[in-house]
Amino acid sequence: MSHNLKNITLKIWRQDGPQAKGNFETHVIDEITDEASFLEMLDILNDNLVHAGKEAVVFDHDCREGICGTCSLMIDGQAHGPQRGTATCQLHMRQFQDNAVITIEPWRASAFPLIKDLMVDRSAFDRVIESGGYITAETGGAPDANLIPIAKTIADAAMDSAECIGCGACVAACPNGAANLFTAAKVAHLNRLPQGQAERFSRVESMVETMDEYFGSCTNHGECEAACPKEISIDVIALMHKDYRKAKFSNRKDLARK
Amino acid sequence: MLPYTIGNYLAPMLNKSIPGTDHPEFKAAEEAARLRFNGYLSTGGTKSPDHFHRELGKIIWDYCGMERTKEGLTKALSDLPALYEEFKTDLCVTGNGESMNQTLEKAGRVDDFFQLGMLMCRDALDREESCGGHFRSEYQTEEGEALRDDENYCHVSAYQWGGDPMKPNLNVEKLEFEEVHLATRSYK
Repeated sequence: MSHNLKNITLKIWRQDGPQAKGNFETHVIDEITDEASFLEMLDILNDNLVHAGKEAVVFDHDCREGICGTCSLMIDGQAHGPQRGTATCQLHMRQFQDNAVITIEPWRASAFPLIKDLMVDRSAFDRVIESGGYITAETGGAPDANLIPIAKTIADAAMDSAECIGCGACVAACPNGAANLFTAAKVAHLNRLPQGQAERFSRVESMVETMDEYFGSCTNHGECEAACPKEISIDVIALMHKDYRKAKFSNRKDLARK
Repeated sequence: MLPYTIGNYLAPMLNKSIPGTDHPEFKAAEEAARLRFNGYLSTGGTKSPDHFHRELGKIIWDYCGMERTKEGLTKALSDLPALYEEFKTDLCVTGNGESMNQTLEKAGRVDDFFQLGMLMCRDALDREESCGGHFRSEYQTEEGEALRDDENYCHVSAYQWGGDPMKPNLNVEKLEFEEVHLATRSYK
């Protein structure tokens, strides 16, 4: 049975652009069904704002089913809100009580410059992905299933890291603004599979070094793992560090040429 | 990520210098976009793009779903231009065109949806047969299966923009089967 929540106070971060001064703006939602998703609640607020002649709150969203990584939002200081293992779009108002005061902020990290209100520019992630380059694989029709034998445990572990949707919650949750969980998930995804072996060490070296250009350093707080909507384990960071160290030796011929 | 029809046009441009933003074509496109977006911003009406999106969606959902009728499509084609006219005169877009504005972006999309919606209804009304995802309830077999009219509709067609969304230009190319002949698939 659904019921209506009453008197929800929202404290929303408003900022016109990266250089503008920001502030919290308070809006009160008198009544809303607990079946509304958190983003639907913002949609309703925005429609009311536009009808009142005010500017709508800018926020990122796309698939609204937790698979695309577009939504963000720091809700009461937690990336993607109070519910574990989900993205903001999967959060519903039933998680909140009557008279709740909810603070909504953008991802805050120097590598993610603010665009407007709750939307930030996460293209630093694209730079890390680009630097990973290609894998050597034949193009053409889809290969037959099980053509390359991969042990179930390896396939499962690779899938666990491939679950990363690149939302940036790990960076936003990290006190250092580090992107180690993101980069390590992408590195581990390919480095665990046979198809990823040809470029394994050149890939990890360039991805880690690109990451270092934009993001802070990891000091093992573990906040990233707690915030990750896909609950990716920080174990992948250990794998990335191990491969990076190995890469520094295995790529020494390349280094000598530089 | 480009629509696959565009790659062929861009491929010969590889390794050639990219035209600058002072190119007359760029300036014309920029001016057209600016005019269009300023138009949404200065309408000065009372209803949000979301309001029109929902009203439009309801008409398309009711009359241009998988099962369509002549009566329903005729009604949609009289309701849609009226709603589109209201969109053009009573739209409210807050904010400005100088920083990120998702309300303005929505207005542009809803405008496109109106034009596409009118085209879909027009085509569905024009095609007096049932075929694939287009089921006109007037054209069905006794068992309720889709009834094609190969005499009159054995063709591919594409609409061409002519300036008025209610009067698109129809281009038709007849389908001719030489080796394999037309048949009706049974899903039973």
